[in-house]
Order: sequence, then structure tokens, then C-alpha cells
Amino acid sequence: MGKLSDAIYEVHFMDTIASKDSPVHRVHPLVKLIVTIAYIWFTVSFGKYDVTGLITMVVYPVALFSLSGVSFGHSIKKLRVILPFVILMGILNPFFNREPRFLLYGLTVTNGMVSGLTLFIKGVLTVLGAYLLIATTRIESVCYALNLLHVPEILVTQILLTYRYITVLLSEANHIFEAYSLRAPFQKGVHYKVWGSLIGQLLFRSIDRATGLYDSMVLRGYNGNFRHSRLSAVRWQDFAYLFVWGAVFAVLRFTSLASLLGGLFV
Amino acid sequence: MHMADALLSPSVGGVMYAASAAAAVYSVKKVKEDFNPKKVPVMGVMGAFVFAAQMINFSIPGTGSSGHICGGILLAALLGPYAAFLTMIAILLIQCLLFADGGILALGCNIWNMAFYACFFGYFCLYKPITKNGLSRGKIILASVLGCVLSLQLGAFSVVLETTISGISELPFSVFVAAMQPIHLAIGTVEGLVTAAVLIFVFQTRPELLDAGAKENKFSLKKVLVIMGVIVVLVGGALSLIASSSPDGLEWSIGQVTGSEELESDGGVHDTLASVQEKTAVLPDYSFGNENVAGTSFSGVIGSGLVAGLCILLAVIFGVYKKKKKANAGKS
Repeated sequence: MGKLSDAIYEVHFMDTIASKDSPVHRVHPLVKLIVTIAYIWFTVSFGKYDVTGLITMVVYPVALFSLSGVSFGHSIKKLRVILPFVILMGILNPFFNREPRFLLYGLTVTNGMVSGLTLFIKGVLTVLGAYLLIATTRIESVCYALNLLHVPEILVTQILLTYRYITVLLSEANHIFEAYSLRAPFQKGVHYKVWGSLIGQLLFRSIDRATGLYDSMVLRGYNGNFRHSRLSAVRWQDFAYLFVWGAVFAVLRFTSLASLLGGLFV
Repeated sequence: MHMADALLSPSVGGVMYAASAAAAVYSVKKVKEDFNPKKVPVMGVMGAFVFAAQMINFSIPGTGSSGHICGGILLAALLGPYAAFLTMIAILLIQCLLFADGGILALGCNIWNMAFYACFFGYFCLYKPITKNGLSRGKIILASVLGCVLSLQLGAFSVVLETTISGISELPFSVFVAAMQPIHLAIGTVEGLVTAAVLIFVFQTRPELLDAGAKENKFSLKKVLVIMGVIVVLVGGALSLIASSSPDGLEWSIGQVTGSEELESDGGVHDTLASVQEKTAVLPDYSFGNENVAGTSFSGVIGSGLVAGLCILLAVIFGVYKKKKKANAGKS
């Protein structure tokens, strides 16, 4: 099944690019997490008609793609997951708000058109912000950052274990589904008569695997407590990264940089 | 039903984070109360199982289309509601980070819409009462379908509420509700039937797995409804404070004293802070304020184009420089 094998490839691919080395990859995960949240927060805080202000927020993804060496092309694939719904909402805006906003070469641009465009730009920028975090930070490091933020240990462990077992169970599901497809060619989806047994088999295999996992953990001294590997402390470069991006976001949000720059030419 | 960051205002995202965090903290407490070390790896692997199961499409008889499971009720039946809720959080976080399915700011909303309603409301208010006097095929089907349908209906309604209160979309509330609820009624029914099929298979082959889930919840319906009520009041109250266009208590009091709903400022620090607050509030005085045309007119358009263009140019120059450096290093 394409969907399952695509997902396996995706997990491995993200793991590989997050393990690369670049100035951005080397930034402390906690700092990257804070900067990402700040970026998304500032981006969505722009008003729904503030297109020009919002466009200036492109500075962050462009700089990070450039500094980290992460491919922009792959991030486009990520956009297709969430953008259809956002685009649908944006496309409907012009129909529900027809109040004229300004004239562009004789064409009346309505509030709905502007807010639809803003919604689309916000959708793209926020997805790119999140993508750049995970493309430059391994999930273990994100979990370490969550630990530092005092997210409960049991939850962090869940994220780590689920992540580790995703590829294993996706492969298992892929095998089951491929075997099924070979016996039921040209059929869209799983027939309702085998809904229970097909997923049930996957469930039993998962539970058996979890039992095996628990046994092997006990043999290695597991007593209910997890010990996460500690990463290096926050360095001055990390503070500088945090400070610089914080300042950039604040300037882009609280000043009309676009108008000031444009004013020099108009 | 995963929400994107773009559909939310920071205020609504923040409130939903707080609500989901409160439910998570309570679940962590309950799981720790009768902590079984074996449960931790089981939860992790079950999270991965739901993740994989969500990718399998099930053909819907007579329609030519297909659906998939979300897994909240299924996990709650197998692990108990608290462990299921924590497992769902892990799944939603990984989906958001690795597959861009749902946003980081919207994670609180997604946890609430997809995990909370299924693991707590759907489970305690429907699945548990129906199955409490013993399991049977009919009871499992009824409990699963009703549990899934109701939790998806509540989730879909929450998406509409969160988006509308955020003020991002121009879509009227009634139109949005009319579009979302029927679709999710169909999705919920299919999910309920698939969940029932899996649970019946488990019940017939390894029923001890369902007993393990049932033992986890020594919890009365009354207590659940009280907690739900408190959360609804808290969330509803916080959201309506953001959304209300009527003066709140403080504004009303000021209005009574000064004749105006807001105090006059005397410039200086107050004005600076007010300007910062206005920009970050997103919903200044519960509306989007009076931004002028497309930001700040034509010079704004030129300026934003310049910033974007300059950034891309710098990035290209940097890329060429890096390639050259790499090539030189390769030669030497």
C-alpha cells in the first residue's frame, strides 16, 4: 500500500535529514523549540488583512533553509497534507465577505480576497516553521527539550516509544495489507467482512511485541523509570540565536518594516 | 479533522493548550496512581499500532469510498481512558511534527477535539455505561458506534467554534456547522463500525485484553459529568471573554465611573505598551481593528516584496558560496 510505504520512507527521511550537521542543527533543541513556537505565534498574530506585514515573516524560513541546507522541495510535500483544508477555507472567504478594500488596476479587491490570501500565507509559513524544527532536530532531542520544560516523564516516554515503534508497526501493517491485496486485487480498501480480523491481527502482533519489549527492558534493569540521554548545556551561541530571532520577530511584528522600506522607493 | 495553525488566533490556541494540559496532568496522575511498569511499553507500542492502523483504508459497502479509524475509543477500551489519552497525545504530536498533520499551535485544539472527547466523553458517557454489565456483540457495536459518532460530532463542532472565535475565516458559523457535522456523522459511523469489528474480534479471541482495559476505570459517571461541566465552563468562559463584543465586568465598571468603557491614557509608556498589546492581542477589542488597505498601502507592498526578495537573494548567494567552498575543498 502506497500510503504505508510512503509513511515509512517519510520517517526514515526525516530521521536522516535531522541527523545532518549545520549551524542550525547544532543549536540547542530547547532554544529551537522556543524560537519555532515564537515564530508560529507571531505569524498567526498578524491581522487577517495584513498581507504585507505577513510576507516579511518569510525571513525566518528562507534564512533557515539556507543555513541548514535542508531541501525546500521536500517541505512542499508537507504542505499538501494540511493546505487543502486551509485553501478551501480561504477560497470561500471572497464569497462571504465582498466588502471592497481597494482597487487594483480597475479590479476591486474585496476584504474576503485579502483575508483568503492571508490565510494561505499563514498556512504555508506555519507549516514551514514546524517543518524546519523537525528537519533540523531529532525527535529524541525534541523530547529532551520537552523534559527540560517539565513535561511529565511518562508522556515524554510515550512519544519516544511511539516514535521508535512507528516504522516497525508500519512495516507490519504493510506486510499484512500487501498479503491481503494479493488475495483481493482491484479492491479499494479492506472489505467489511475482514475489518476486525485484519486490524485485530495487527493489534495482537503489537501487543506481543510490547510484551517482548517489556521483557527485554526488564532484563536490562528497567524498573519503571526512564533515563534520557542528556545533551550539552545551552551555550552562548544558543542564547545569541534566541535573542537574534526574538528581536527579528519583534521588529517584523511591531514595526511597519515593509512600509518603511517601500517608502524609500515610492 | 486535524486543525492547522493558520486557522487559529494565539488566544484560542493558548486557551485550548491550557484545557488539554489540565486533562493531561489529571491523566498522568491517574496513570501513576496504579502504576504498572509493564503498561509504559504497551502504551508506546499501542500508539504506534494506532498510527499504522490509521493508514489502512476500509471500503464502505455500497458507496465506493473508504474510511479509516482514529483510534480514541479503541485505545480507551484496551488501555483505559487515561492511558489512552496520553497515548493519543503522543500520536498527535508525532503526526504534527513528522507529517505536518496539524500545527504546533493547534496541538492543544487537536488533542481536545480528537483525544479528549473520544477518551473521556465518548468512553465514560457511552461506551462504559453500555458495556458495564458485561460484553456482548450487540453491546460492543452499539457502544463503539455511539461513542465514535458522539465524540466526532463534538470534535467537529469544536473545530467550528475554535475557527469562528479565532476570527480568521469569513465563513459564517451556521454554514460551517452545516458543512462539518453531516460529514463527521458519516465518518463517525464508519469509524464506530471498524472499532466495533476490531473489538468483537478481540472479544472472541483474547477477551482478557478487554478486561484489562475495563479494570482501569473505577470512575463514576457523575464525577465525569462534574469534571466535564467544570471544563466546559472554564473553556467556554475563557473563549467567550475573547469573543464577546459586549463590555466585560471591568469595562462596565469603568464605564459607570468615567462615562467611557476605557480609561484615557496620558501617553508615554502606556501608549507604547498599548501599541504592543494591540498588535499581539490579535483580537483587539474583540475585532480585527481597522488595519488599513492590505497592510499599509502601496509602499507596504513594495516593502514586503523587497524584504522577501532580499532574503531569497541572500539565501541564493549564500548557497552559491557554500557550493563553491565545497567544490574548492573537493579539489584540494
